[in-house]
Amino acid sequence: MKADPKGVLTGSHTLTGNHACAEGAFAAGCRFLGLYPIVPSLEISERFLERAPEVGATFIQMEDEVSVLAAVLGASWTGKKSMTVTSGPGLSLMMEHLGLGVMLETPCVIVDIQRAGPALGMPGRPAQGDMMQARWGSHGDYEIIALSPSSPQEMFDYTIKAFNLSERYRIPVALMSDAYVAHLKEEIVIPHAEEIEIEPRRYYKGAKDKYLPFKRDKDFVPRMVNIGDGYKFHVTGLTHDDRGYPVMNEECQEYNVHPLVWKVRNYVDEIIEVQEAETEDAEVIIISYGATSRAALKAMEQARKSGIKVGSLRLVTVWPFPEKRVAELAKKVKAFVVPEMNFGQVVLEVERCSYGNANVIFVPHGENGVENTDDLLSAIKQAGQADKVESVIIEFNKGV
Amino acid sequence: MAEIRFAGYGGQGIIRSGIIVGRAASIYDDKFSTMSQSFGPEARGGACSSQLVVSESKVLYPYLTAAGILVAMSQAGYDKFEPELSEKGLLLYDEDLVKPKASRGNITPFAIPATRFAEQLGKKIVANVVILGFFTAITKVVTYESMKKAIPDSVPEKAIDLNLKAFERGYNFGLEVLKKQKEPQ
Repeated sequence: MKADPKGVLTGSHTLTGNHACAEGAFAAGCRFLGLYPIVPSLEISERFLERAPEVGATFIQMEDEVSVLAAVLGASWTGKKSMTVTSGPGLSLMMEHLGLGVMLETPCVIVDIQRAGPALGMPGRPAQGDMMQARWGSHGDYEIIALSPSSPQEMFDYTIKAFNLSERYRIPVALMSDAYVAHLKEEIVIPHAEEIEIEPRRYYKGAKDKYLPFKRDKDFVPRMVNIGDGYKFHVTGLTHDDRGYPVMNEECQEYNVHPLVWKVRNYVDEIIEVQEAETEDAEVIIISYGATSRAALKAMEQARKSGIKVGSLRLVTVWPFPEKRVAELAKKVKAFVVPEMNFGQVVLEVERCSYGNANVIFVPHGENGVENTDDLLSAIKQAGQADKVESVIIEFNKGV
Repeated sequence: MAEIRFAGYGGQGIIRSGIIVGRAASIYDDKFSTMSQSFGPEARGGACSSQLVVSESKVLYPYLTAAGILVAMSQAGYDKFEPELSEKGLLLYDEDLVKPKASRGNITPFAIPATRFAEQLGKKIVANVVILGFFTAITKVVTYESMKKAIPDSVPEKAIDLNLKAFERGYNFGLEVLKKQKEPQ
């Protein structure tokens, strides 16, 4: 399916990451925004609200983020592609309904513009501290999909990708950006509507009285209908059968919940996207995502000039984590260098998937939040020399 | 590659200046540019700066590593960011608002009474565009033609004429300064 031209602002623009995200949502066909305003995600809502009348979209500001995500799930069930935008403190409140979204298999997109935490932290300072929360924040067994953009252009592109994935797998998808990328201003190119590929919603097409809202099709994904179109259905956060009615026994728990995990795990090769540069002959590989991957590529360039064989593995999809590829590379390289704007989250996955075959060197928060290339270069040099298999944490000792 | 810092206080159009030059470079000059910004919680009066990287190839690391150009429109902005200016850098400043220290290294200072010019044109608020004209003439990071296209994109329609006049004023002053520099002393 191609994009609806009504939402596509074709042309070259200079936009901030946040504004590009709103345009990406419109291009993807998003017509409902649930919001509770929070820095540094404000400009997404601002742009969405400003353009909503001409695009034919609508929005609602709720009393808090708990109800925001509930509104988004409800809107999605009426057939509108829906999203919400927030930052760490809001994401924390959304965790309850993130689980509900997973359980009800409701397509929607949650944009998290990460800022320094914990609690209210420092609203303007970029961070990548919510990565594990996005993966494990809600209780119970589930899988999630999370993407991480590193430029305004990618804020546009990956917002569309997020919507497409959420429709394909009937799952909430998180776009994990940060205050840095959100406020960066660069050129972005928005293509013509007919060049933008859109994943259509998978609708049920059978007889009205035969509809079973949670009956899985061959691809593990149940077909949807729109609330209000005359189909009988029932949704609940309790473990449920094909009709959506609660059933409290072991068989149903297995029947209902296992597919929530396997509908993602069986398709990881289709879902996962990584970008590799110069990994062929690399002795050290920088594994990064989001804003930090820009510093990573710069450091790679500089290290190559000084004769160190460095490559880069950029995670476009952070969740599900590209286990297989990291395990393969771990056998070929001396070490991974992992920069993150936090004190160690995705690096834990890198260590796990290396299975002891490669050193893992972590580079934490730089001075402005974003790692500077010098920190990365010194980590790369250390990585090239280390023989023992051990995880080295570079100490963050720039106290005030 | 050019690494530029615009510094002043909130309300002077410091961030807007970064946007206009970035737009001229990336949309009309076919280069790559990345702008980032920092400002305090105040709408007006607080310290404010924007960083712009303009390059022939894709900008990877988006913060300044060695500022080649500092455009200072307040004393506080100058004091804060002068130390990061590289030894061969260019310093552009509003001479009525900034009193520079004795120059260090091979830094070349260029002074313009931008706010005074803007007042003569009728509105103090276009001082940033005056200094952008000056910036275009002195640094040649962006072309005159591209700036003439980028300014109307970035200001309200009723203010386009005034802004273009302000740009011309700064640009011509810049050319005069360069000419004087070349004449034997």
